[in-house]
Amino acid sequence: MNNKLLRVWQIALVIIILSTWQASSMLSTKAAFFFSNPIDVAARLVSWFFIDLDIYQHLGVTLIETLLAFVIGTILGLLVGLWLALNQRAAAICDPFLKALNAMPRVILAPIFALWFGLGIASKVALAVTLVFFIVFFNVFQGVREVSPTLLANARMLGAGRNDLLRHVYLPSAMSWVFSSLHISVGMAFVGAVVGEYLGSARGVGYLILQAEGSFDVRSVFAGIVVLTLCALVLDTLVGKAEKRLMRWQPKIGTTEKI
Amino acid sequence: MNSGYALSLSDISCTFISRDNPGQRYTAVADTTLNIAPGEFVSVVGPTGCGKSTLLNIGAGLLEPSSGTVTVHGEKLVGINKRAGYMFQADALMPWKKALDNVIAGLLFRGVEIPIAREHGIAWLARVGLGGFEDRYPHQLSGGMRKRVAMAQTLILDPDIILMDEPFSALDVQTRQLMENELLELWSEKKKAVLFITHDLDEAIALSDRVIVLASGPATHPIGEFPIDLERPRDVAEIRNQPHFTELHSKIWDVLRDEVLKGYVQHKNIVEERTQ
Ligand SMILES: Nc1ncnc2c1ncn2[C@@H]1O[C@H](COP(=O)(O)OP(=O)(O)OP(=O)(O)O)[C@@H](O)[C@H]1O
Ligand SMILES: [Mg+2]
Repeated sequence: MNNKLLRVWQIALVIIILSTWQASSMLSTKAAFFFSNPIDVAARLVSWFFIDLDIYQHLGVTLIETLLAFVIGTILGLLVGLWLALNQRAAAICDPFLKALNAMPRVILAPIFALWFGLGIASKVALAVTLVFFIVFFNVFQGVREVSPTLLANARMLGAGRNDLLRHVYLPSAMSWVFSSLHISVGMAFVGAVVGEYLGSARGVGYLILQAEGSFDVRSVFAGIVVLTLCALVLDTLVGKAEKRLMRWQPKIGTTEKI
Repeated sequence: MNSGYALSLSDISCTFISRDNPGQRYTAVADTTLNIAPGEFVSVVGPTGCGKSTLLNIGAGLLEPSSGTVTVHGEKLVGINKRAGYMFQADALMPWKKALDNVIAGLLFRGVEIPIAREHGIAWLARVGLGGFEDRYPHQLSGGMRKRVAMAQTLILDPDIILMDEPFSALDVQTRQLMENELLELWSEKKKAVLFITHDLDEAIALSDRVIVLASGPATHPIGEFPIDLERPRDVAEIRNQPHFTELHSKIWDVLRDEVLKGYVQHKNIVEERTQ
């Protein structure tokens, strides 16, 4: 009953927003220019997905970039995080550099990456990797450091060698932290890919938006935003599912709020 | 000379240095000598915070004493005590492994094949009364169940020396007596050396060949040693009714009571100092 009411309100809200949008664009040409209108945006979406069909290629590129960046960033973060967490001295030496790199706004690297890797997929992946890497790295580092001393002592008493400890104690503990930051890191991979495309590319949804903007095609810009938002939602749902499966051993799943 | 002992701590002292403030020291254990013969069951009782776990950590090779030597079956201990199994006071199961996987972890570390290890593990879980709980994660088990999984995890390796730190304090009376009897049976079968820490004097007397009373900290050391000449095999529930048991109990309690009171006063003082 309560849930049903909630849905009714939500649908009502969507209708109100869309009709206000439509109405204002019909009343003012200025508004029509800057905001387009929902019907045009919907028409654009339909033509992208069912008539021109070129959106699939762009979306595919963006998703491949996201996936590559996510996988590469996670593996790098995991390796470096494990290594540094288990080597006190290396960690102490690298600490200020890592802090500086993390503090640096990564978007400014986009032109350099474009120079190094060209305007293809590689430069976008590189940018997104720099975003994903630090999230995973800091979580792995924390995860290894947080292993309870009793748990470690117990494993050692049971005869665990260095490799056993890594595989059965440090890695699972680190992974639990990585999984709990999965939402953020996948989101970051996506953001990195789109921003990279937006700053210079020949394909991808970011490129599509850039093109549309260049020709004052506001409805395509909005249509692109809708596509990206839906994609992000789908990714987030998939991550939530994966997390639930992989973290069954945890009493509570530490989900991060998406703002 | 010590070679006859399974585990021997001689003239052990242990001083902790505060990490934030190196000038601040705390001597937990001082001049302690403790010998356990193969096949002997020794219990250590003492007021809380006196240094019982510290002593056990030293015997396990997890903590290096500030001075003194530890020998295991005549050999000087360096690093981890490989012949010992240690059941910790705090929860030490791997939360990401199911009960069975926790129990067989030690076997796998030692290179036992998985099917054989699993078979052993299932038998051991049944032995500690957890048959059918193989696929539960630690957080799905009660505190007492986790203790029993930990016991199976330690004992499945069949160690020569068993170190136990208040292993049964989280169990209800019935389960506790079952586990105690199980431990006694296992011990008498294989004649292991057991160093058993407890704050329950009844438990210490019921199980042991010898009960050692530690002074309250700082600088704890044994202040009393009582051979327990009750007949074996014992049933921990029945033995408490024997007159000799009561006699021993009051004799040991006379010594322990003063220490517990001293320990209590010290703790209270520390707390008061901190709150002032
Ligand atoms: N790593 C450490 N650094 C500093 N002090 C420590 C450390 N470990 C233990 N201590 C101190 O040594 C003393 C003995 O600790 P221990 O854990 O051995 O007590 P215990 O006899 O096992 O107590 P309980 O019966 O409550 O388990 C305590 O006062 C404790 O504060
Ligand atoms: Mg203790």
